[in-house]
Amino acid sequence: MYAFTYQRPTSLADAATAIQAEEAKLLGGGQTLLPTLKQRLARPTDLIDLGAIAELKGIREADGGLEIGAFTRHAEVAHSDLVKRVIPALASLAEGIGDRQVRNMGTMGGSIANADPSADYPSAVVALKATVTTDRRTIAGDDFFTGMFETALEPGEIVKSVRFSRPDKAAYAKFRNPASRYAIVGVFVARFGGEVRVAVTGAAGSVFRAEAFETALAADFRADALNGLSVEADGLNADIHASADYRAHLVTVMAKRAVEAAG
Amino acid sequence: MANPNGIGASVRRREDQRFLTGRGNYTDDFKRLNMTHAVHVRSPYAHARILGIDFADAAAMPGVVAVLTGADMEADKVGSLPCGWQIHSKDGSPMKEPPHYPLARDRVRYVGDAVAVVIAETREQARDAAEMVVVDYEELPAVGSSTRAIAGGAPLVHDDAPDNVCYDWHLGDKAAVDAAFANAAHVAKIDLVNQRLVPNAMEPRAAMGEYDQSSGEYTLTTTSQNPHVTRLLMGAFVLGIPEHKLRVVAPDVGGGFGSKIFHYGEEAVVTWAARKVGRPVKWTADRSESFLTDAHGRDHVSHAELAMDADGNFLALRVSTLANLGAYLSTFAPSIPTYLYATLLAGQYKTPAIYAEVKAVFTNTAPVDAYRGAGRPEACYLIERLVDVAAGVMGMDKTEMRRRNFVPKEAMPYQTPVALQYDTGDFAKNLDIALPLVDYPGFQQRRAESKARGKLRGIGFATYIEACGIAPSNVAGALGARAGLYECAEVRFHPTGSVTVFTGAHSHGQGHETTFAQIVADRFGIPIENVEIVHGDTNKIPFGMGTYGSRSLAVGGSALVKAMDKVERKAKKIAAHMLEAAETDIEVKDGRFTVAGTDKSLGIGDIALQAYVPHNFPLDELEPGLDEQAFYDPKNFTYPNGCHVCEVEIDPDTGVTTIVSFAAVDDFGNVINPLIVEGQVHGGLVQGIGQALYENCVYDEESGQLVTGSYMDYCMPRADDVPSFTVRYHEDQPCTHNPLGVKGCGEAGTIGAAAAVMNAVVDALSDYGVTHMDMPATPEKVWRTIRDAAPAMAAE
Repeated sequence: MYAFTYQRPTSLADAATAIQAEEAKLLGGGQTLLPTLKQRLARPTDLIDLGAIAELKGIREADGGLEIGAFTRHAEVAHSDLVKRVIPALASLAEGIGDRQVRNMGTMGGSIANADPSADYPSAVVALKATVTTDRRTIAGDDFFTGMFETALEPGEIVKSVRFSRPDKAAYAKFRNPASRYAIVGVFVARFGGEVRVAVTGAAGSVFRAEAFETALAADFRADALNGLSVEADGLNADIHASADYRAHLVTVMAKRAVEAAG
Repeated sequence: MANPNGIGASVRRREDQRFLTGRGNYTDDFKRLNMTHAVHVRSPYAHARILGIDFADAAAMPGVVAVLTGADMEADKVGSLPCGWQIHSKDGSPMKEPPHYPLARDRVRYVGDAVAVVIAETREQARDAAEMVVVDYEELPAVGSSTRAIAGGAPLVHDDAPDNVCYDWHLGDKAAVDAAFANAAHVAKIDLVNQRLVPNAMEPRAAMGEYDQSSGEYTLTTTSQNPHVTRLLMGAFVLGIPEHKLRVVAPDVGGGFGSKIFHYGEEAVVTWAARKVGRPVKWTADRSESFLTDAHGRDHVSHAELAMDADGNFLALRVSTLANLGAYLSTFAPSIPTYLYATLLAGQYKTPAIYAEVKAVFTNTAPVDAYRGAGRPEACYLIERLVDVAAGVMGMDKTEMRRRNFVPKEAMPYQTPVALQYDTGDFAKNLDIALPLVDYPGFQQRRAESKARGKLRGIGFATYIEACGIAPSNVAGALGARAGLYECAEVRFHPTGSVTVFTGAHSHGQGHETTFAQIVADRFGIPIENVEIVHGDTNKIPFGMGTYGSRSLAVGGSALVKAMDKVERKAKKIAAHMLEAAETDIEVKDGRFTVAGTDKSLGIGDIALQAYVPHNFPLDELEPGLDEQAFYDPKNFTYPNGCHVCEVEIDPDTGVTTIVSFAAVDDFGNVINPLIVEGQVHGGLVQGIGQALYENCVYDEESGQLVTGSYMDYCMPRADDVPSFTVRYHEDQPCTHNPLGVKGCGEAGTIGAAAAVMNAVVDALSDYGVTHMDMPATPEKVWRTIRDAAPAMAAE
């Protein structure tokens, strides 16, 4: 780890000022950033710890859905009675992130701002028609993830909260990388009346919607409705753990499992 | 009454108190006044020429004490890291033994090869400066795999090793094997890869060197499984320090699995540098360095054929193996794919003729050496996979196939056609115990139930035998070992009756501080609390050959018994004197010395006190003191053996294999501490399962870059990957040639498990015509196998 200046602002305004420093980085739960620093793969001048900002915390019911502060840890989402009641699939997703240590530290805002292609939360943001509120504006979940480790966030823009719509039915199914336990493929299926959303993480550079799956499920919300459907392997991620065509296959398998779990 | 903490008692590990409360003392925990920190500059290339090293900027960085290179070591006449075992090729020529310098001199030969060392006030300063060292490399073509090493026109790792061959060795009677194959009714064949593994000890390697200018004494504190061997190798061959001026301490060590047997360059670097800079120098590997530079394990590519008669009796076995030794010869590397592998190819079977050829090659990868099981898992895996293929060829039940060919108990001692002589073993009994544990008759029904749920179920058997308790020095010497393989123990009774035991075995997870104390408590009828076990310090222990090859109890425990024998003889003399009886009239039981036929007796505590307060000793006949030392050199290897049975269920949609059950039946001879034995088996099984389903050390074949250099890509088994194990052992076949009748248990789990798991996986896929799959059986590999076979199945 290279030396840096550690700052711990207590208000969003102070954080917004602090992040203006030239090579400053925001620190959420640190579950990606800290290992990166330890490996000397990043060299920020300043680390702005968002952990002392009350405005970034808390889980509220809002517009029938949920509003979750950016600095809410995965374990808090997983164990929240409110989340379990309103969107149980979201609690269950959070309970499956990483391991206990990661869940106790990692935050929702950190996860989505980092936009790791194999992170779990991006699938929920897209499938649950979320909107992301920052210190500057509101961004539709559909527009938030723009590429591998890339988002619509501007330099220095800070995620405040994420607002999720409440689906009638939803579930998340993932196939873990056996080594890292990140998602090789994760599929979040959510049904809102006659509309179905199927968001896929892990498989490609960024989360995407499987539109053919959505159409089929909107007509018939059963796993069998996906028989014969698959996403194109072209353009999917490929590494020593999973080739593109294996990932494409797993998208269908996980989508079916999510539909079954959604009931 | 039997001692509640004696032999056979499941005493909880005494050392765990400090380990579990964070009070262990590991090498990195040691701090010294004025201590400096070393960070190595390592090659990013698998193969390159060093054209120059510019460290002017680095040397000027804050806190930097020194930047040292191979040229500095050469100027100080630092030698090459020695190899402890010499193999001769078929043609009688000795193996190629190119130099292996602690800091590379002209060329680097694997990613991670050390080029320079930066020594600074803090580790971070040393790291900062190490990044500023500019090495001018001329990249050379690399060899990233053993098959590439022997391909025509492959680049040479060492100029003086033509075709990259270290040795081309063989064992067995080729003519007899050829004749048996000519007359065989059936032949089973297999091609398989035993993939490379990274040892992954929990504690990374670390070393601290100190030099005392006033006495000229060096101290090396290091993560070693055998400090005396390191003292000998480093002192005599690398740095030229005589033993009496070099102390090597291996304090608490957090696991080794073989990887800490060897003498590594970093140990020599910090010891040498400590004198050079006049201050203590400490180096601790980070996890990335562990991946890159710990000696790896396995890495065989083999072809094997088994000849059978019309009834499925084995007639002959023919094996050809290509072994990857990496870029340099690690300490015991040459012996692993030869005398610890080919000699085990008889397995539990009475195959009358066996011939094995092993070609060992250099590649631009990390050195490969002993890793838990060391050669024996490779042998077991090959035999047991081949036996399953043979059962398929014969259409015979896999247990029947094995039973038919077992060496019968009555044939013990049994001389195999590959040098070893098994002393004891009842292989049919192991199988008989195992079958009810797994409800073998009910398997077909369970398979049908799985199928009804869309799942594929398979059962796999593996029988193994290993040569442990390494080893008789005369045999090892005849086979090329450059060291003896005995063990030493000293038993020191103190005046008030407590005991300190000094053992040359080293404990880095095995629980010696408990088991060795149990042996002493049992022998002398004293509380276990009165016994302290000291190990891991060359200034305290008379001598030692360390811990590896499941040898501590069989060899070190036997030395302990010999030393206790001497103590008892001496105590008997003292008792006779105190009780005014003839020595021949003294009877000894559980530490009480009684004059036969009387009620006159003394406890060992009374005798110990008298030994140190010898007011009326007949000093011409009886020396004061009660402190004895013994060396034990075994007569033979020991032969732990067993039968492992694994049941798996495969999800064909994802290719995920789940281990449903695993039963291990082992014969370890007599058992000192069942709890520790069970723990050793559990750990071993998980490591074997790791190889079968998860672990794979991958180098890019052309660039020689390590692809799986972190836990993001190198898959370690986790607790939720394995089932609750069923572990049984029996003590019907104690070792016949050591005093405790023990065989060793440290490696057994690893040796049997991989084969049992893979046999189960292949069995589960047998409906798809699958007869073999290389490890690890990753989800994608299994899924692809099913997918590629499925259309063929549909067409049939």
